[in-house]
Amino acid sequence: MIRVVLPAHLRTLARIDGEVKLDVEGQVTQRSVLDALESRYPMLRGTIRDHVTQKRRPFLRFFACEQDLSHESPDAPLPDAIATGTEPLLIVGAIAGG
Amino acid sequence: MSTVRLLVGTRKGAFILTSDGKRKQWDVNGPHFGGWEMYHLKGSPADPNRLYASQTSSWFGQVIQRSDDGGKTWNAPGTKPEDLMGPDGMPKGVSNMFLYDTSAETGRPLTTHQWYDGTQKPWEFKRVWHLEPSLTDPDTVYAGVEDAALFRSTDGGRSWHELAGLREVKGNLWQPGAGGMCLHTIMLDRKNPQRIFIAISAAGVFRTDDGGKTWRPANKGLKSQYELPDPDAEVGHCVHRIAMHPSRPNVLFMQKHWDVLRSDDAGESWHEISGNLPTDFGFPIDVHAHEPETIYVVPIKSDSEHFPPDGKLRVYRSRTGGNEWEALTNGLPQRDCYVNVLRDAMAVDSLDPCGLYFGTTGGQVYGSANGGDSWAPIVRDLPAVYSVEVQTLP
Repeated sequence: MIRVVLPAHLRTLARIDGEVKLDVEGQVTQRSVLDALESRYPMLRGTIRDHVTQKRRPFLRFFACEQDLSHESPDAPLPDAIATGTEPLLIVGAIAGG
Repeated sequence: MSTVRLLVGTRKGAFILTSDGKRKQWDVNGPHFGGWEMYHLKGSPADPNRLYASQTSSWFGQVIQRSDDGGKTWNAPGTKPEDLMGPDGMPKGVSNMFLYDTSAETGRPLTTHQWYDGTQKPWEFKRVWHLEPSLTDPDTVYAGVEDAALFRSTDGGRSWHELAGLREVKGNLWQPGAGGMCLHTIMLDRKNPQRIFIAISAAGVFRTDDGGKTWRPANKGLKSQYELPDPDAEVGHCVHRIAMHPSRPNVLFMQKHWDVLRSDDAGESWHEISGNLPTDFGFPIDVHAHEPETIYVVPIKSDSEHFPPDGKLRVYRSRTGGNEWEALTNGLPQRDCYVNVLRDAMAVDSLDPCGLYFGTTGGQVYGSANGGDSWAPIVRDLPAVYSVEVQTLP
């Protein structure tokens, strides 16, 4: 079971309270986690990564296990603690604007 | 008695203001989508409880929202609870996907437009500025977007398709205004369903007579001596807003960056009607619901000072189709007022007497229940108002 924490605005958009818990088939990567998230919550498509290019939106970051994984390959395995559900994947809105 | 419903988009959410036909007491409902930029909300003329809304964010991009109950509940089209468990499987989640159409069948190559530094830049979708529901079909709605293009949905906002022929009209010469290269006005012709007018900053007015397949510029008579090297250019003008009375779709009114103009031949030619306005810079322009020669603008001091002249918030009314203007000040602040009124932030209802409404960047929404003779604030302290639309309900 993969745990994902979304920014407040995306929780509201998807009508989620608290963490999301997802079953992910195969290797646990940014891509496979986001695929599972968007499949369960289609209203989130396009809000975290571009519909076509699949690139992370510039003002969002991916944190896990006290590391910034935003610039890792989307197909790189996420840390074991994420894959086992010990730690959540944090999708964080960058601090910007007023 | 009739009900009036105002749909107000602001920098930090949407608000729905309702009143009975007297338009004295208002109920303020919101914020909806608090914290998001709500560029525009508009109801379907064919089904007034069908509302569309453009919700945007620098963080999360574009979201389209739809209400089927007059704004009580909202969903991204295709993601109602019953859609998520529907017989067709899970929705594709493409209600916020605005892809420029580059297909061989209906599209055009992804060309470039002018950028601020004079270089050419490929079209890149940023947000939806304006939503214009069909006059007859609640499931058909047009979207004006930045970078400037026109999209249409025929499935209630679940998916969108670009009418790509528009980009072909000298698109390489279009350029962004200070707010971005936005398609901000879409006007549908009640008498000719094949005809649509659109306006872009800074490209100008364009017209289609075949339902959006082909387009041509409609900017003859516009003069932009301070904005363009060729003041009479066919495209490139910074048109801020156009308006028409539904009974006379060949008569158009325009607030350009500088200059107020009119066309009596469906945009074939324009002539200036700024007359005695204290300044002819501004953003919104609108037409009285029952008097097609009565028009309204809000003069703003200049393009470098986006506030009213002399700190006085004044709507100007012409009852003669332009040139002769009177200041409407009763109930509006006449000192120390330095707000702006944006292009989509004025609307008229269809009651008699006609009601007018506008919102300011200072968060006030003002209303008049008598054609502009007197005004009162409906609400004073909203976030900066981006757009105001009004529905007159039976």
